[in-house]
Amino acid sequence: MSRLLRIILPALVGLVALATWEGAVRYWEVPLFVLPPPSAIGASLITDLPSLLESLLFTLKITVGAFVLASTAGILLAVLFAHSRLAERALMPYAVVIQVTPVVAIAPLIILWTGLDNAWAALFILATLVAFFPVLSSSLLGFRSVDRGLRNLFRLYGATPWQVFWRLELPSALPHMLAGMKVAGGLALIGAIVAEFVAGSGTATGLAWRIVESGNRLNMPRMFAALLLLSATGILLHVCLSAVEHLLLRHWHESRVKQE
Amino acid sequence: MKLRSVGKRFANGYSALEDFSLSVPPGQFVSLIGPSGCGKSTVLGLIAGLAEPTAGSLDWDGRDKPDIGFVFQEPTLMPWATVAENVALPLTLAGKPAVVADQLGKVGLAAFAGSYPRQLSGGMKMRASLARALASRPDLLLLDEPFGALDEITRFDLIDQLLGLWQEQCFTALFVTHSITESVFMSQRVVVMGGKPGKVVTEIAIDEPYPRAPSFRAEARYAAWCGEVLDGLRRAA
Repeated sequence: MSRLLRIILPALVGLVALATWEGAVRYWEVPLFVLPPPSAIGASLITDLPSLLESLLFTLKITVGAFVLASTAGILLAVLFAHSRLAERALMPYAVVIQVTPVVAIAPLIILWTGLDNAWAALFILATLVAFFPVLSSSLLGFRSVDRGLRNLFRLYGATPWQVFWRLELPSALPHMLAGMKVAGGLALIGAIVAEFVAGSGTATGLAWRIVESGNRLNMPRMFAALLLLSATGILLHVCLSAVEHLLLRHWHESRVKQE
Repeated sequence: MKLRSVGKRFANGYSALEDFSLSVPPGQFVSLIGPSGCGKSTVLGLIAGLAEPTAGSLDWDGRDKPDIGFVFQEPTLMPWATVAENVALPLTLAGKPAVVADQLGKVGLAAFAGSYPRQLSGGMKMRASLARALASRPDLLLLDEPFGALDEITRFDLIDQLLGLWQEQCFTALFVTHSITESVFMSQRVVVMGGKPGKVVTEIAIDEPYPRAPSFRAEARYAAWCGEVLDGLRRAA
């Protein structure tokens, strides 16, 4: 399929859907608080932009911060686990506990501990907890999938442990690591939003709070505008991480190489 | 290089080698042939130091362990590194300058220095693997059935290249194979292994000067040597 068509086709579908939406809302005179037309959402996006952007920035900071911390912690723990079965045996069950416990369920507890005045800290912790496990498990799989022949080769040439790590284990694990981080990026955003919903009020003023607040005031256009920004943020995160993945793997990894 | 009644028993109790002795003078090209599972690869692993013998000893004639190059069954190249980076690996790991243009030229890969392994054919990958094993100018080259997966034309090509490099760089070569014709065509000495656990069954000297022309494969004495090796393998079974 040509490049142009790949962009035009989905854009066209979107435009048709928006036009149908606008037309249907006007034709059946659907009230604004049930389903606002795209034009009203657009207008709200422009008039409420300053406050919405402020909320977006708040959510983005928490998401990116949590993503960075979760990725760092996940990769470091994976390195530790890959080199020490003992550490894995001792700590992995707790990592699994963190993974399987729904974030909504522990959110009230964390918020209680940090206090509503520091709701951002609670959101940060919760988003990190949600994002951390995929990085850990994918990276661990990566470090475990090092080719045995290459390992022997490095041993044969008397490679130091640092050389083995830097030149063999890290590049071997990289594709898995990046796959885990791509999942973690989306999860960090979900974590930040879900936690803010649970926090409900206090000093947290992210996009989730905008949505709750707009819902309470039946200001549906603004609610939709906040939603729009939220999915735009998610898409942006995904695109950024995919770009990083492409840059790092384009020359050699099967997933990134075009058929020749 | 001497192996004195070496034995290897793995942790699971399986005994791969027993009372295995082999002595290779410097510069000789020796083939090690035997049925699968007779411990040929284990011998190479012990010599390379990838495993420790559970009995007997290795002896380097009183000298230090020599520089060893190893060609595995698989090309075993790093997919994330270019051909030049792969070939330079032994030098890089030793902290030496990664100068490999010469080596790449000798195996006909000069034009592919900046390519990635996935862009190479099976034969070219094996060539890169061979160039890498020779990059550090080793005294001893160990080859573990390196050409088994290649088609015959590519294999003959690589054999000629390997023999050329051997004559030029004067290393000792220990070539593990299960191809009778390969072992006779290439080596000065064919060591036939057999049994479980593996031991030396017989040795056949191939008294034929180098370089060996392709026409050697059509000579009567070539066929006779192949017959001798086959006899040895029958006795081993």
